Amino acid sequence: MELVLDIVSWILLSAGGFFVLVGGIGALRMPNLYTRMHAASVTDTMGAVLVLGGVMVQAGLSLAAIKLAAILLFLLITSPTASYALAHSALLAGVKPDSGCAADPEGHP
Amino acid sequence: MTVLFGIFLLTLVVITALAIVHTKNLFVAVMLLGIFSLLIAANFFLLDAADVALTEAAVGAGISTVLFLGALALTSERERAATPHRWLSLAVVASATLVVLYATFDKPTFGDPNAPVHQHVAPWYLEKTPEYVGIPNVVTAVLGTFRGYDTLGEVFVVFTAGIGVLFLLSGGGPAGPPKRQARPDGSAIGLRDDLIPRVVARLLVPFILLFGLYVQFHGDYGPGGGFQAGALIAAAFILYALVEGEGRTLEALPRSALMALTVAGALLYGGVGVAGIVLGSEFLDYSVLASNPVTGQQIGIILIELGVGMTVTGVLLSIFHAFAAREQT
Repeated sequence: MELVLDIVSWILLSAGGFFVLVGGIGALRMPNLYTRMHAASVTDTMGAVLVLGGVMVQAGLSLAAIKLAAILLFLLITSPTASYALAHSALLAGVKPDSGCAADPEGHP
Repeated sequence: MTVLFGIFLLTLVVITALAIVHTKNLFVAVMLLGIFSLLIAANFFLLDAADVALTEAAVGAGISTVLFLGALALTSERERAATPHRWLSLAVVASATLVVLYATFDKPTFGDPNAPVHQHVAPWYLEKTPEYVGIPNVVTAVLGTFRGYDTLGEVFVVFTAGIGVLFLLSGGGPAGPPKRQARPDGSAIGLRDDLIPRVVARLLVPFILLFGLYVQFHGDYGPGGGFQAGALIAAAFILYALVEGEGRTLEALPRSALMALTVAGALLYGGVGVAGIVLGSEFLDYSVLASNPVTGQQIGIILIELGVGMTVTGVLLSIFHAFAAREQT
C-alpha cells in the first residue's frame, strides 16, 4: 500500500513538474504577451493541481491534506482571475493580440 | 539535499538582485523585488524558520509591493539617468563586498551544531519554554516574553515609521502629475468596473480576514503572530480598496478608526508591560497576570500579539490610504 501511494505521488509530482517546465519554456519562447500568458497558465492549472495532488497523496488523510486542498482551491480561483486581469489590462493599455515579437517593447525577458 | 536547494534558491536571489539593479523600469524593479522577497522567504523556510518566512512573504512580497506601486503612481516609472562618479560608488561597493566575503571565511559551516549561535541562549530557550511559558512555538515565546523588550521596540519602530510617513504624505505640496492611464472619455481604468476580479475579490476578502485572525491567534501553536496577521488583514482591506474603491473601504474602516487601532495597539503592549509592574513584578513580566505563572505568560503573549497586530494593521492601512489620497489630488 505504502509503495502504491509512493508510486502514485511520484507520477503526479513528475507530471506536475513536466507541466511547470513546459509552462516555463512557453513563457520564454512564445512571441507576444497573450501567447506567453497562455503558456504560463499551464503552470497555474495542471502544474499546481498535479504537484499539490502528489503532495496530498504523501500527506495522507490528515490536517495537512485539508490545508493543501484549501490552497489548491484558492489557486484555482485566484490564478485565472489574475491572468484575466492581466490580459484585460494589457488589452486596455493597447497591446494588440495579433502582433508578433514587437508587441511589448519593454519589460519582458 | 537541503544544501542543494539552498544554493539553487540563493543563486536565483543573486540573479534577481542583479536584474533589479540593472533594470531602468521601476515598475519592473518593484515586481522583481516581490520575487526577491518570495525567494528569500522560501530560503528561510528551507532553514526551518517558518515564522520569519511567513513574515517575509506577507510583508516583503505582499504589502511592500503594494506600497511601492503606490509610491510609483506618485512619481515616474522610469529611473532617472545615472549620476556621474559611478567609479567611486563602484569602488565602495567592491571593497565592501570583499570585506563581507573575507568575513564569511570565519563563519561556521551550514548546520554546524557547535556554531556559537547554537551554544549561547538558544538551548536555554528551547529547554525552558515548556516549563515557563507552556506553548509549543518557541519562536513566539522568545519574541513575546523572553525578548519582549525587543518586540516592544519593533512595535514602536513601526508606530513611529507610520507617523513619519503620514507626516510626509499629508503635507500639501504641489499637485502630482496627471493620472497616467485614462480612457478617451476621461474615466480612469480600474478593477472597479471589471466584473470578474470584483466578484472574486469580494469572495476572497472574508477568507483572507479569517486567515489573518487564524495566524494572529494560532501564533502560540504554529508559525504566526501579530506582524504576519497585521500584514494579512491589511492586505484584505487593500484588495477591497482595489475593487470597491477608496471611499467604500474608508466607510468600512475610517481613518480615525485606523489611528485608534495604531495607538491602541502600541498602548496595549505598553499597558501589559506596566501591568506587570503594578501587580508587583517587573516591566513586561507576564507571570503575575494570573494566579498561575504559566497561564499568566500565555495571557500576556496573546495580549501583546494582539497589540502588535493592531498597530501593524493600522500603520499599513494608514500608509496605503495616504498614498491613495495623494493620487487623487
